[in-house]
Amino acid sequence: MTEFRMPSLGADMEAGKLTRWKIKPGDRVKRGDIVAEVETEKANIDVEIFASGVVKELLVQPGQKVPVGTALATIVADGELPAAPVAPAERIRVSPLARKVAAELGVDLAAVQGTGVGGAITQADVERAASAKPAEKAVVTPEARPEGPSCEDDSQGGMRRAIAAAMARSNREIPHYYLETQIDMQHALGWLQAENVKRSVRNRLLPAVLLIRAVTQALIEVPDLNGYWVHDHLELKKSVNIGFAISLRRGGLVTPAILGAEQMTLDQLMSAMSDLIVRGREGHLRSSEISEGTITVTNLGDLGVETVYGVIYPPQVALVGFGRIQERPWAANGMLGVRPVLTATLAGDHRATDGHRGAQFLAALDRHLQTPEKL
Amino acid sequence: MNEDEIRQHVFQILHRIAPEADLGEIDAAQNLREALDIDSFDFLNLIIALQEKLGVSIPESDYRLVQTLGGMIAYLSKTV
Repeated sequence: MTEFRMPSLGADMEAGKLTRWKIKPGDRVKRGDIVAEVETEKANIDVEIFASGVVKELLVQPGQKVPVGTALATIVADGELPAAPVAPAERIRVSPLARKVAAELGVDLAAVQGTGVGGAITQADVERAASAKPAEKAVVTPEARPEGPSCEDDSQGGMRRAIAAAMARSNREIPHYYLETQIDMQHALGWLQAENVKRSVRNRLLPAVLLIRAVTQALIEVPDLNGYWVHDHLELKKSVNIGFAISLRRGGLVTPAILGAEQMTLDQLMSAMSDLIVRGREGHLRSSEISEGTITVTNLGDLGVETVYGVIYPPQVALVGFGRIQERPWAANGMLGVRPVLTATLAGDHRATDGHRGAQFLAALDRHLQTPEKL
Repeated sequence: MNEDEIRQHVFQILHRIAPEADLGEIDAAQNLREALDIDSFDFLNLIIALQEKLGVSIPESDYRLVQTLGGMIAYLSKTV
């Protein structure tokens, strides 16, 4: 029997509201099917299932808000005989994020008392257990979480606390290092302008796509920045899934990822990015697009920012920041001129890589942007 | 097509992109992207919609001429 659980759709997510089932008991499902819609503080997400089989039971009803990791449905996996129902007491309810943190901190989940709905173990529970003395690991005092958000807490304050916890964890646990470089964008923008002249309006490319493509190519050369820091080691990812922020008209951001960017041409990247922006704003992102980013690109150039010093989104190990492209004095070949210049930054996790590797990445990024026709 | 008709078409498109904005309050000389908090993707969609609605293909080299509402209407008035 497999349990389909409320997924973690980001390090800042503690709970989600099931808004709609797209399956019913007896339905056959396969890996990748969209089986439910979940509302988080940020967006509505189409949630995929990662097992194949037959739906046995729906455990949560539409309208219920439950913590990450809560079993939503049971699935009889292919090849499995229907099994007897598992007694609730035998099941440890724990969010994927909390499970990951527990593994990192060496915390035995069986000894942790969950404070989420239904006794689910949250990331905060694991961190408290890790910081407690061994004999006190299972003790959770009410004072430990005096005003924490309950699962029914739908306020903006709850969202801010969740984001604060994730970012505080990032700053607390990830030893960031920062590198910055100036990139001459004359060739890249010139090529893009000439390319767009040849294209219909609908098929024009945005500069952001060139940047994403260049980041992808640089990551292929320097793969150490494309992965997760888990279990005290760097877990490299073959697929380059580039997360990027989309601002929502009603406020806030979502950061879906372009999955498999290393296999895409510029046109495919433009199409994938446009699709994600439209679906992100409509509230129809898939759960894999929210949870499987392997690196994040933050481009604040549209807002006039010159330099971005980002906070890495755990368990990722790097964040690439782009500021605005602006004309600056630029010396080249003994001549002083004016060029469009972009400030690119890298925030790296020093546990996973060092500045030398980060510098190699930025150099590769610069190099790829000097030959845009090859991107 | 006169300026008022063009303005109506532009407002219809902008309303789809920034539905919460009070378009009547936009200063004709203000940068549209700043006034409506729209990004480069939204701006490209605006250009695409103008082509589809009014049949005007605005080249990137002319983007500087259509950064404000006033500039956009003046530009379109000459070309529609």
